[in-house]
Amino acid sequence: MTAKPELIVDPNQDTVWVEHVALIDRIPRWLAMLALAVIVIGIWDLATARMGWVSPIILPSPGETLDDLIFVGKNLLTGGYMLEALWTTTRTVFWAFLIAASAGFSLGVLVGETKFGERAVMPYLVAIDTMPKVAFAPLFIAWLGFDIASKVALAAFIATFPIIVSTAAGFYAASENERMLFKAMGASRWQTLIRLKLPTGLPYIFTGLKIAAVGVMAGAITGEFLGGGKGFGALIRESASMLDTPRVFSLILYLSLLGLALFFLVAWVQKRLVFWNKADRPGGVG
Amino acid sequence: MSMAEPRPLTASPAAVSRPVYEIARLSKTYARNHLTALTDVNLTLNKGEFVSVVGSSGCGKSTLLKIMSGLLPPTKGRVVLEGKPVTGARADIGMMFQQATLLPWKTTVENIVLPIEIRQGRAAAKAAIPRAHELLKLVGLGDFANVYPGELSGGMAQRASICRMLIANPAVLLLDEPFSALDELTRDFMNMELQRICAEQQSTAFLVTHSLAEAVILSDRILVMKPRPGRIVEEIVIDLPRPRTLEMINTPRFGQIVAHIRDLLGKEAFQ
Repeated sequence: MTAKPELIVDPNQDTVWVEHVALIDRIPRWLAMLALAVIVIGIWDLATARMGWVSPIILPSPGETLDDLIFVGKNLLTGGYMLEALWTTTRTVFWAFLIAASAGFSLGVLVGETKFGERAVMPYLVAIDTMPKVAFAPLFIAWLGFDIASKVALAAFIATFPIIVSTAAGFYAASENERMLFKAMGASRWQTLIRLKLPTGLPYIFTGLKIAAVGVMAGAITGEFLGGGKGFGALIRESASMLDTPRVFSLILYLSLLGLALFFLVAWVQKRLVFWNKADRPGGVG
Repeated sequence: MSMAEPRPLTASPAAVSRPVYEIARLSKTYARNHLTALTDVNLTLNKGEFVSVVGSSGCGKSTLLKIMSGLLPPTKGRVVLEGKPVTGARADIGMMFQQATLLPWKTTVENIVLPIEIRQGRAAAKAAIPRAHELLKLVGLGDFANVYPGELSGGMAQRASICRMLIANPAVLLLDEPFSALDELTRDFMNMELQRICAEQQSTAFLVTHSLAEAVILSDRILVMKPRPGRIVEEIVIDLPRPRTLEMINTPRFGQIVAHIRDLLGKEAFQ
């Protein structure tokens, strides 16, 4: 078989071709996010203020929401009643997170490190974890009253379980080789725990803490919805019952700032503490 | 090229230096499933000697190593290192595993003094740091003392773990397939490094490996093990001159020894 003359390529010519790159890969991330925000707010504006497809009681326009955001922001900055409510919720979230972190970590160590915890305690924890924990809210109110304590209890109750599970998983995470190394070095159980299992488990524990940071917010607001009090949750409920939908929107937005702050605080501490986990580590444990 | 009359492969015990590790009549039975992992194992490691054990999977070589390192109790027999019975982890045993197993949150030099830190505390570990630096120079990692393991290549990490094994001046080195996770070129190089280091330190070493070539190139003696029940079936003295080089792999004598071991193991492997 002979090749057709037109298929013979100039032997000096490079074989150069361009790989197709999708549009989304060529634009920077911030631009893609901005574009999406513009589109969503555009449609939102169209549906409410411009065309009136949706009633302002159901969905306020972006303009109204912005106005109310500014109003609430001013109230917060000038130390108005909303700041007091935010402070109440912040305190609830803080204490609940602290309690969940210590209880979750302790139970996680018990379950992850002791046979008793693994065999006897874990099944109960799994059973409780499958229950809808919000259903316990009336009990907490009955036990602890309408003050901040019942909200702290509910929020902590919800947030404890992810920390238990991730701490226990973290304590299992040390490899067989690492355990053997410590055994061969004659390390005591305590040394193995502190020098090996705890550091190895830290990334897992922080994953649990991040999930808990989200859960503790949900728990605190649910508690305030159900048990009243002076927090942001009560404020949202009042605004909703007065059909002040823009207010509900802006309160939720400011509330999400609290959640974000807690989440990034945990992420920041993790970055400082678990400095070695950022890169691949071929020399470490594979 | 003609070989000067090869000696018989099966050993007659040569006159050697003092025994370091002595194992006699060693048996291990797992009560749980009545499995006899080892039966009647006798072996002596002499000072400065490099001995390997080869065998197919399940021949009990890992069990033997675990008993020798004090991680597993024997069912029967004597296990004596430097005149003292091995009844648990010991400071005068240096170990190396398939994985380097460096702790990623400690720098290379901190990893190396870890055995000292565990046994004698932080102050002793700090005092051992100059010695760790010396060892790092010995393995050619002098510039990497304060680097975290995440920045080391696989071969470098294993060299660091050699230093960790040597830091407490152990009487015996127990090597559990130390380079089997490395690529072949690196492994050859590391084997030569290991030979050099063992010669310089006059180490007594015991290597478990799957690689016949590795065992032959490194060892003074090779123990061939067979499974069900795990036992030593033959001891082979490697009479290649020292220092060994990678070129020796191409000599007829090398091929002869490998062929002999393969023959011993082969019958088992295909059953």
